[in-house]
Amino acid sequence: MSQEKLVEIKNLKQHFKTGRHSVVKAVDGLNFDIFKGETFGLVGESGCGKSTTGRTIIRLYDATDGEVIFNGENVHGKKNREDLKKFNREMQMIFQDPYASLNPRMKVEDIIAEGMDIHGLAKDDKERKAKVHELLETVGLNKEHANRYPHEFSGGQRQRIGIARALAVDPSFIIADEPISALDVSIQAQVVNLLKKLQHEKGLTYLFIAHDLSMVKYISDRIGVMYFGKLVEVADSDDLYNHPIHPYTQSLLSAIPLPDPDYERSRERFTYNPNNHDTSEEPEFREVRPGHWVLCTTKEFDFYKKEHATTK
Amino acid sequence: MEKLLEVNNMHVSFDTYGGEVKAVRGVSFDLNKGETLAIVGESGSGKSVTTKALMQLIPKPPGRIKEGEILFEGRDLTKMSEKQMQKIRGKEMAMIFQDPMTSLNPTMKVGNQIMEGLIKHQKMDRAQARKRVVELLDLVGIPDPESRLKQYPHQFSGGMRQRVVVAIALACNPKLLIADEPTTALDVTIQAQILELMKDIQKKTDSATIFITHDLGVVANVADRVAVMYAGKIVEIGTVDDIFYNPKHPYTWGLLGSMPSLDSADEELYAIPGSPPDLLDPPKGDAFAPRNEYAMQIDLEQEPPMFKVSETHYAATWLLHENAPNMEPPASIKKRMEGMAKSSSSNEKGDRI
Repeated sequence: MSQEKLVEIKNLKQHFKTGRHSVVKAVDGLNFDIFKGETFGLVGESGCGKSTTGRTIIRLYDATDGEVIFNGENVHGKKNREDLKKFNREMQMIFQDPYASLNPRMKVEDIIAEGMDIHGLAKDDKERKAKVHELLETVGLNKEHANRYPHEFSGGQRQRIGIARALAVDPSFIIADEPISALDVSIQAQVVNLLKKLQHEKGLTYLFIAHDLSMVKYISDRIGVMYFGKLVEVADSDDLYNHPIHPYTQSLLSAIPLPDPDYERSRERFTYNPNNHDTSEEPEFREVRPGHWVLCTTKEFDFYKKEHATTK
Repeated sequence: MEKLLEVNNMHVSFDTYGGEVKAVRGVSFDLNKGETLAIVGESGSGKSVTTKALMQLIPKPPGRIKEGEILFEGRDLTKMSEKQMQKIRGKEMAMIFQDPMTSLNPTMKVGNQIMEGLIKHQKMDRAQARKRVVELLDLVGIPDPESRLKQYPHQFSGGMRQRVVVAIALACNPKLLIADEPTTALDVTIQAQILELMKDIQKKTDSATIFITHDLGVVANVADRVAVMYAGKIVEIGTVDDIFYNPKHPYTWGLLGSMPSLDSADEELYAIPGSPPDLLDPPKGDAFAPRNEYAMQIDLEQEPPMFKVSETHYAATWLLHENAPNMEPPASIKKRMEGMAKSSSSNEKGDRI
């Protein structure tokens, strides 16, 4: 994994107006980088703003404030059609619900080729067909499936179609928003293996958004934990699981049930109490261990450093 | 141990335009008082249909219980009229549904919804019922119950709504509680709270629970015994330790192997290939055979009977037959078995029953 930054997110904010005087701060000042070729996992409970983050990065929402820099260029701000097209080709998204994200009135072939048509990637009909067939095979379907409609497929197969559609324009960065949450356990493993294989073959970079922490740990190189619109901790996935520092991360990890009865009998759950934080100043993002960032105040920072800097 | 429920060779079918869908194809199990049985399997494996049949909630037509008996404290529920069932449902057996967003009535105050069962089954008057509702809301951990019971479901969060659903189910102290994916729609921290709540209440009331889920982590947390279902049949049943540390059926191996553990290295996940069979036309022989890399010739021809591994542990796979070759389970499963060899029986073959 290179240390070259592909995506830089700087002070990203997404506020929704919900009434004349009320604003929901869904995403409130995010800072993180995604390196080329890595998988960055974003976890948190529902309503913490993880999906909004993904959708803002790909410009489905206009950011309230802050920047998303992709390959050195800002994604947001004024853009002409040409510029936008360029970004859209580089960045693609896989959605959570494979039942709602495919147009039921379009054939699989047209669903997958829509992006290619927009970007003019296929010279003629023959090339278009050939590319669709190739994509179908890449994701583990076969070319006979091209002429069918989405309702003829199972959930796992539909998610494969969603992946093929994302791959059709040769992107370098894919945002996967809970791509496996709607699938059965055995099918989840198939899709995760497929995503890993594609990353290996095509050098893709993923932003993987999910609430299933064991799957996120498995697929991600680094993980960011979100709580109420803010990132509270970012670290290497092993480091995060072995040495969670922020009390919210600790409580989240202690709540995951594992398929191991012995472990379950002895598991102890911590509850997170947001009132226990030091409130003498606004918390900032600080590096407690190399590559391990935590949202904390100066006092907490000193405490965390003492507690965690030495443990290996 | 006293037996509360006994299901014998139950078949449930749905008559559709495409033909008869055999959703449940001969399920047998029993449940003791105070025990928790978890039923796991993929969607379409028949786990929800099984429990709906127990409650006699299968819409007829198109559904019907083709065969078999459901003995609840010795009474056969399949032979009961709807009127008799109404006296049992909600009183002696209650259900917690998956989605707290849709299983509550949005136009009714929460207090009234909980009261309904109390007034109907316990013949309480409104004042008594109200007192009991406050107790129940307190029991399930909803703060300030006096004012909360006057609110509507939309004023509650998902976790709080699920607590209300639990309160409704518990209202009449049922002997059997059926929970159909009660935590699937919830976040992990809320899930942990609800599971702790359910276990706590079970200890207090000594009710038996059937817990349906596809999350094996949850199973390990709550279950005393586990039944694994595939294509309308129970393919393996045993204590939670039997299933997690000494699994015998290749499908159970696949399920366990397809979940990453938190300490797993970067090995590829073991994914079961293909997808579940179409129950309009179940395959000949073992329904799992087409997806099973351990399948033998006989799996394609004859359905395997249940083999007895130990007093508590049964599995339906030909691999347990005395003439079957010894198969090596996948590496991740072997790791599980090593951790466990001490307590569970480790015999390779089983007795046919």
